[in-house]
Amino acid sequence: MSALLEVEKLEVGFGRTAAVRGSSFTVERGETHCLVGESGCGKSVTALAVMNLLARNATRRAARLAFQGEDLLKLNDTGMSRLRGNAMAMIFQEPMTSLNPAYTIGSQMTEVMRRHKHVAQRVATDRAADLLARVGITAPGLRLGQFPHQLSGGLRQRVMIAMSLMCDPQLLIADEPTTALDVTVQAQILRLLAGLQRDLGLGLLLITHDLGIVARVATRVSVMYAGEVVESAPTAELFANPRHPYTQGLLRCVPVPGKIRRGEPLGSIPGTVPRVGPGFEGCAFRERCDFADETCRQSIPRHLAAPTHDFLCRLPA
Amino acid sequence: MTAAIEVRAVRRTFKAGKRTVVAVDDVSFSVPSGGVLGIVGESGCGKSTLARLILGLLPPDSGEIAVEGQRLADMDRKARARLIQPVFQDPFSSLNPLARIRDIVGMPLVAQGTLARAEVAKTVDEMLARVGLTTEMGRRLPAELSGGQRQRVAIARALVLRPRIVVCDEPTSALDVSVQAQILNLLAELRHDLNLTYLFISHNLAVVEHVASEVAVMYLGRLVEREPTEALFARPEHPYTKALLASVLTPEPGLGVPDVGLGDSLPDPANIPPGCRFHPRCPIAEPRCATTVPPLKPRPGGGVECLLA
Repeated sequence: MSALLEVEKLEVGFGRTAAVRGSSFTVERGETHCLVGESGCGKSVTALAVMNLLARNATRRAARLAFQGEDLLKLNDTGMSRLRGNAMAMIFQEPMTSLNPAYTIGSQMTEVMRRHKHVAQRVATDRAADLLARVGITAPGLRLGQFPHQLSGGLRQRVMIAMSLMCDPQLLIADEPTTALDVTVQAQILRLLAGLQRDLGLGLLLITHDLGIVARVATRVSVMYAGEVVESAPTAELFANPRHPYTQGLLRCVPVPGKIRRGEPLGSIPGTVPRVGPGFEGCAFRERCDFADETCRQSIPRHLAAPTHDFLCRLPA
Repeated sequence: MTAAIEVRAVRRTFKAGKRTVVAVDDVSFSVPSGGVLGIVGESGCGKSTLARLILGLLPPDSGEIAVEGQRLADMDRKARARLIQPVFQDPFSSLNPLARIRDIVGMPLVAQGTLARAEVAKTVDEMLARVGLTTEMGRRLPAELSGGQRQRVAIARALVLRPRIVVCDEPTSALDVSVQAQILNLLAELRHDLNLTYLFISHNLAVVEHVASEVAVMYLGRLVEREPTEALFARPEHPYTKALLASVLTPEPGLGVPDVGLGDSLPDPANIPPGCRFHPRCPIAEPRCATTVPPLKPRPGGGVECLLA
C-alpha cells in the first residue's frame, strides 16, 4: 500500500528565490513526521505546496505529489477543494489570524462539514460540540456561540484543532501549532495532538523549529536547510546519531537543562541561512560548515547511514 | 555593598475600561552587582511591566526602585540612561527602519550631548566591533541586516553608554536556535568583560537556566518563588514552578509530552483569585489555599510563597 502522503523532488520558486529545492519525504498512516528547520528553510512553503495554497506568483513542480495514491499535481482547484479541510486538513500557527473574527466559533466549525459532507446544521453543530469537548474545552455549547476574540490563545488553538477534525481527515498538517503559546499551554496542546493522532490513526505532518517538540512527538524527522531535506531519520536515530554537520550544529545550539553547565558557551553555528536562487549548485550549508572544501560546490550525493536514515553531505563518514 | 537593582514593595496597575488589572503586585527583590536575575512566567504575568518599571519607562503606583543605590524617581532621563539600558525582544520593530546602524548605535551618545562628533563615531565603531559587526555594516539600514545582526545592533546601542545594568526582555525569542546561541554567548561574554548586571526576562526556561545566576518565577503579578538557579532547577518547591519545569520539552526522544496538570482555567489579571492566586490551577491545592494568602517562606538566597511548601 502506498504511503498516505508522498512528496518527491518538490520544487517551489518565487521569482528569483528557490524556496524549496527538490525535497522528498513521505507521511505514513499513524505516524508523526516532523519537518524541522530555521526560518526561511522552506518548511512552511512545503506544507502550503502540498495543500496547493501557495501565493499566485509561486511555481510548484514535483516528480510526484500524491495523497492516498491520488496525484495532487493533476487536480484542478475544484478537485483540491474537495480534499482540503476534508480528507487533508491544516492547522496554522497563529490561531487569531486564521479564525474569522466576524463569525462565531460554531458557524466557522460547522461550515466546513456542511460543505464537504452535506449534513444538516444540527448534525454539524452536534459534531462541533463533541469535538470541542474532545479537545478539552469545557462548556462547548457556550463556546460555539462565542467569537474568536472572546477566547484565549490556547483555547483558539484548540478550536482550530477541533475544526480541522470536523470531516475526519486522514492527514493533518500542523504548521508551528504551538509557537504562539506559553510553555504550559504548549505541552497541553501537543499532548492533545499526540493523543488524537494515536487514537484516530491520523498521519500528522508537524512543522516546527523546536527540537524539543521534535524529540517528544515525532516518529520520523526531516531536517530542512535552504529548501532541501538535508537529513531524514527515525527520531531516536537522528538524535543519537546525527550525520549532517547542520543537524549536529543545531543539536549543539539547544540548551538542555541539566546538561550544559552555566558559564560555558553554547554551541552555535556562525553566519546565517543563505538566500538561494535557481540553479544553485552544491551544498547550501558550505559557508557555515567546519568541514567544507572545494568539492562542496559540486552536486552532493545522498548517503544512507542506515536503511531508513539518509543525509545529504559529501562526507560519508 | 549596594545592590545593582533594589525593588521594594512595587505595585503597578492598569485601567482597562471598568476593570483594574494588577500587573505587578507588591514585588520586592534585589540583584547583586554582576548577577543575572532570570524572570520567568507565562504571558500576562507582568514580567514585561516589571522590566519597564525598572527601566523607568513606567512609574510605579507605589513602592520604590533603586539602581546602583540611587532612587529611580530622583534621577532624570539622561542619568538613568547612563546606568540602565534595555534590549528588547523584537529587533525588527525596536530599530528605526530609516536610520543607519551607526546613527542608531550613536543616538544615546548624541542624546547625552557630551561627546564631539568624531568621538561619537569612534566610540560607535568600537562598540560595533565589540558585538561582532563591521564598520561597513554601520552604514547600512536595519532592513539590510539579518535578525541576529539586528539584535547585535540593539545590544551595541544598549552598551554604548557603558551602563551598569542591562534589562533583556526576551532578547532571543524572535531568533532561530543557531542564532539564539550566538546572541546568548555574546551577552555572557559582554557581561563578563564589562562587569554588567542583567535582568533577563524569558519564557524559555532552558535559556534562563543557562544564563541566570538566580531565577524568579512570576505568577499573576507576584514573584511566587525565587532562588539561586541550581537550587530552583534541582528542587523547585512551588507547584507552579514545578509545572513550568515539567512543561519544558527537552530534546530527549522517547519521553513523550508531559502532563503538566494545570487544567484549563487560565489566569485573569483583572480578577485575581483570593487566597493563593494560583490555587484554581494548582494540582495539590487544599481548601485553605482558597482563603489564606501564602506568606513568603524564606529559603537560602530567596523564598517561596506557598502554604504547602
